[in-house]
Amino acid sequence: MTPLRVFIADDEAPARERLRELLADIAAELPTEVAGEAQNGIEAIERLPTSRAQVLLLDIQMPGMGGLEVARHLAGLSIGPAVVFVTAHDRHAVAAFELNALDYLMKPVRAERLATALRKAVAAGPPARQQLAHAARQPREYLSVVERNRIVLVPVREIVFLRAELKYVTLRTRGAEHLIEEPLVALETEFAERFVRVHRNCLVARAAVRGFERSADDGEEPHWNVVLDGLGERLPVSRRQWAAVRALVQDA
Amino acid sequence: MGHTRKRGAPSKHRSMLMSIKQDFSSEAVPDFRNLGIIARVLLAVNAFAFAVAIVATPTWGGALDRFLRAAALLEPMLLATLVVLYLLAPLLARLAYWQGAGAVLAIALAVCGAVQFVAIPADGEAPSLLRNAALGAATVAALLAYLRLLNRAYSPALSEARLQALQSRIRPHFLFNSLNAVLSLVRRDPQRAERALEDLAELFRVLMQDSRSFVRLADEIALLERYAAIEQLRLGERLAIAWELDAAPLDALLPPMVLQPLLENAVYHGVEPGTGVGQVVVHIERRGARVLARIENPYFEEHARRAGNRMAQENIRERLQLFFDAEARLTTRIAGGRYLVEVEMPYRPEKA
Repeated sequence: MTPLRVFIADDEAPARERLRELLADIAAELPTEVAGEAQNGIEAIERLPTSRAQVLLLDIQMPGMGGLEVARHLAGLSIGPAVVFVTAHDRHAVAAFELNALDYLMKPVRAERLATALRKAVAAGPPARQQLAHAARQPREYLSVVERNRIVLVPVREIVFLRAELKYVTLRTRGAEHLIEEPLVALETEFAERFVRVHRNCLVARAAVRGFERSADDGEEPHWNVVLDGLGERLPVSRRQWAAVRALVQDA
Repeated sequence: MGHTRKRGAPSKHRSMLMSIKQDFSSEAVPDFRNLGIIARVLLAVNAFAFAVAIVATPTWGGALDRFLRAAALLEPMLLATLVVLYLLAPLLARLAYWQGAGAVLAIALAVCGAVQFVAIPADGEAPSLLRNAALGAATVAALLAYLRLLNRAYSPALSEARLQALQSRIRPHFLFNSLNAVLSLVRRDPQRAERALEDLAELFRVLMQDSRSFVRLADEIALLERYAAIEQLRLGERLAIAWELDAAPLDALLPPMVLQPLLENAVYHGVEPGTGVGQVVVHIERRGARVLARIENPYFEEHARRAGNRMAQENIRERLQLFFDAEARLTTRIAGGRYLVEVEMPYRPEKA
């Protein structure tokens, strides 16, 4: 039997050490090998895709990026790992996280439980995106784009606008443009605090709205355009959204 | 609500009052060096005089005028009495309650008599000395009764606060992560694991202890160090604590578990959310008759907004108030990317 490739992500060195010990303890019953380790969320995203790990032991509370968000970005990989969450929270907090639908272990972890959870997770395969989104209580701090075997993270605070185009959503920062495969409606709900809808197909970062100008295109019905901070591009405001968008600027 | 519950446990109630007595001498006269007491006396006497003026005159203007005229004599009397009581406070604290109350009454009458004698010229229109003495005595008696009631009303809150405190003082997150860290040491470094368990035991012993009596600052510092040792084990080089304790008055008495939760907050909000090294400073010093403790940590705005948990601070504020009334303060501020929490309390050395 080829050993199961396990990746360990936890910010505390003793916790990673403990998991390695436990994996060694259950080796007779369930042979494993450690495919990689990370001590925070960002590191996990950088290292996991090339580690060929089949299952990820993922701490929920990590600096930089928490475990739930890590799992959401990894879900974009074509061959993602199965995930077992690990947490020091008590049962009550676990219920609040709505983790029940996912596989999780509570610290301190017991060897038997670890073996059971690994088997169960591998059988179930990678967690579904919707399930992860449901468990997360906060909006993500990054959006991700999978490029071959690499996950590119784009900080949400750097995004100027998101525009739906055919199958994809174009994500625009001051310096770059990416295509992501997420419905605009879901993004609007998740980041309602940060973005405002200016058009049926477009969300703009509230902080990036500098002002408005009247369009001067001939032949077209006249309308308002959003003037953006740091980008020359103008985005049309639909008549339907105009009242809400204008209020935003007057508030500021 | 709370009253019915308290009536149900009279024995507990009594034992609590006794233990407070040891620490606070609450069954002695009020401490006239306590800011809260001084403020209450000043307010109550003036409010009383104003009320009398309103009752005695038909118009508002007349009442104000009368109050101001009375104040010319009343304020010097009041202030002089408070100064004398302030000076004699240590002596008064040694007397039993009724002796102390008698002494306070005598002092107040003597001082007021003296002020009246000095302030009013011999040929002036002198108010009846006897009438003023009776009024003064009644005021003093009413004030003493009020302060005694106040003291009693506050005391049961100690046990309530304690219950509340027990639930919120150490995060389960800390306990489970610590146990997990110790487990990882058991095979690799059994001796370090032993020490860590001893530290944990010590921490929980204090946590479960009677929280109604004062502890020495030296003991609270020892507790901070044990707690820090456990966190160090878990977080390794990510946690860097600078201890500035050279000027700390080790014999000062303070309520238990006032500083540890603040250090725990500093680690939880200031070190754990960071991927780099988190610098925490623990600074304790005596400044005259005050003890100042400051704990600072890196400030993560995003984390603070999400966590937004000020339970521990509220808890400490409440306990400081129960132990020191208005004389202790807990303040927080954010400066230069650092979060600072400061506790200021009166310096009460342990009696040898």
